[in-house]
Amino acid sequence: MAAALPFKAFADAVTLPFANGERPLVKYPQKRPMIGLTARPPQLETPFSVFNESVVTPNDAFFVRYHLADIPLQIDPDAHTIQIKGMVDNPLTLKMADLKRMPSMEVVAVNQCSGNSRGFSEPRVAGGQLGHGAMGNARWRGVPLKAVLALAGVQNDARQVVFNGLDTAVLEKTPDFVKALEIAHANDGEVMLAYQMNGQDLPMLNGFPVRLVVPGYYGTYWIKHLSDITVIGTVFDGFWMKSAYRIPYNDCACVEPGTPPKVTVPIGRFNVRSFITSLADGAKVKAGPQSLKGIAFDGGTGIARVDVSTDDGKTWTRATLGADLGKYSFRAWTHRVRLPAGSHVLKVRATSKDGKAQLDKALFNPSGYMRNVIETYNVTAA
Amino acid sequence: MKRITLLGLAAITGSLVFWTANAKPVTYSLPDETAAFKPGPNLDVVQANCGGCHSADYLSTQPQGEKFKKDFWQAEVTKMIAVYGAPIADADAPKIVDYLTVTY
Repeated sequence: MAAALPFKAFADAVTLPFANGERPLVKYPQKRPMIGLTARPPQLETPFSVFNESVVTPNDAFFVRYHLADIPLQIDPDAHTIQIKGMVDNPLTLKMADLKRMPSMEVVAVNQCSGNSRGFSEPRVAGGQLGHGAMGNARWRGVPLKAVLALAGVQNDARQVVFNGLDTAVLEKTPDFVKALEIAHANDGEVMLAYQMNGQDLPMLNGFPVRLVVPGYYGTYWIKHLSDITVIGTVFDGFWMKSAYRIPYNDCACVEPGTPPKVTVPIGRFNVRSFITSLADGAKVKAGPQSLKGIAFDGGTGIARVDVSTDDGKTWTRATLGADLGKYSFRAWTHRVRLPAGSHVLKVRATSKDGKAQLDKALFNPSGYMRNVIETYNVTAA
Repeated sequence: MKRITLLGLAAITGSLVFWTANAKPVTYSLPDETAAFKPGPNLDVVQANCGGCHSADYLSTQPQGEKFKKDFWQAEVTKMIAVYGAPIADADAPKIVDYLTVTY
């Protein structure tokens, strides 16, 4: 494929910068034109230029990822209920009105697909061939899961909490999309039942009228159209926990290509990532001073520093971090560089507050999860 | 299941504030599906077996090239049957693999 001009837009299509990366730009209700990965079930990727517009991702540009095609297309929020059941003293049926009467909390948090950037995996692997747009940062408002569990009264020998939503499979034999969290995690006061996103109702395709928000964790846990919360005394063994969304059990969550992981665990927190948003790989810029701008985030320690290189990683200088919207949010950064006429290789590297920095070499795993290699931008200044 | 919600919440908040329900049912219309399975051998078998659960772009966006031929597609078809419960007849599975290998 020709050298990358990422997200090169033709009237109603884009080309993601990897082989077979041609995608339609599609228009859905409540959404601006989005990169269409699949139509049924819908999977929509955020055009990357959106991340340069604001550090909080607008609802109409927020990515969409469903697994199963029987998705809810008509929901009466007044009639919608969430059942809390299983190992609880008081099984509950909560309506949206009940939730909205409870004390609410707010968090700015990134949601990112486990397979965000999978299209860049080398070697390529099966799965949704995403660019970098299966992520977004929103201000979520809702009720802490902990408060809902307290209302129901979790019994002492509870082990996990299981979450289901209204979306389901076409075939009866297809495993329903159901996910689980450890009880301590469910009770950490951060996991929430969110009914607002950036001050508005959730868009339908982002989980209206209420979804689970699991700050710092991959989107697979953020169950949409949340309808069932079941407390269990065992480790949940449904397909989407036991077999899917698992990563190699080692520090890098990686293996050598062609080597099956020996032991796997459910995917968990994001690793640290950063991007330049003010220009794309392959950009042509005016020679001279340049203001670079971008974002960084991690799984919840927060961003300690962002460094930028304009000489292919030989030397690095520290960028200026923008406003801190919380440890789960995108952190904006800016940096002034000088680019003389000619070709330049720009890189950006974030370090999280637990001291983890992005690496030069991409980590590989067979599912194409958790890509967080240092991003590289080939730029021509003239 | 008991519906003790209101009592429980009233106990927590100390008062029973009536929530004014003013939301309306939300109806969502997905745009028409435009992607179609590309012409190829056994297209009818593919349309009959694959299109019920997912659109054709699930195939067309996968990696392509020499490393993504028969073995790759055999693994995908096997997964659809074994994991997702696709009711694909034994005789149809190899036909689908052939279509995918030749067409994508």
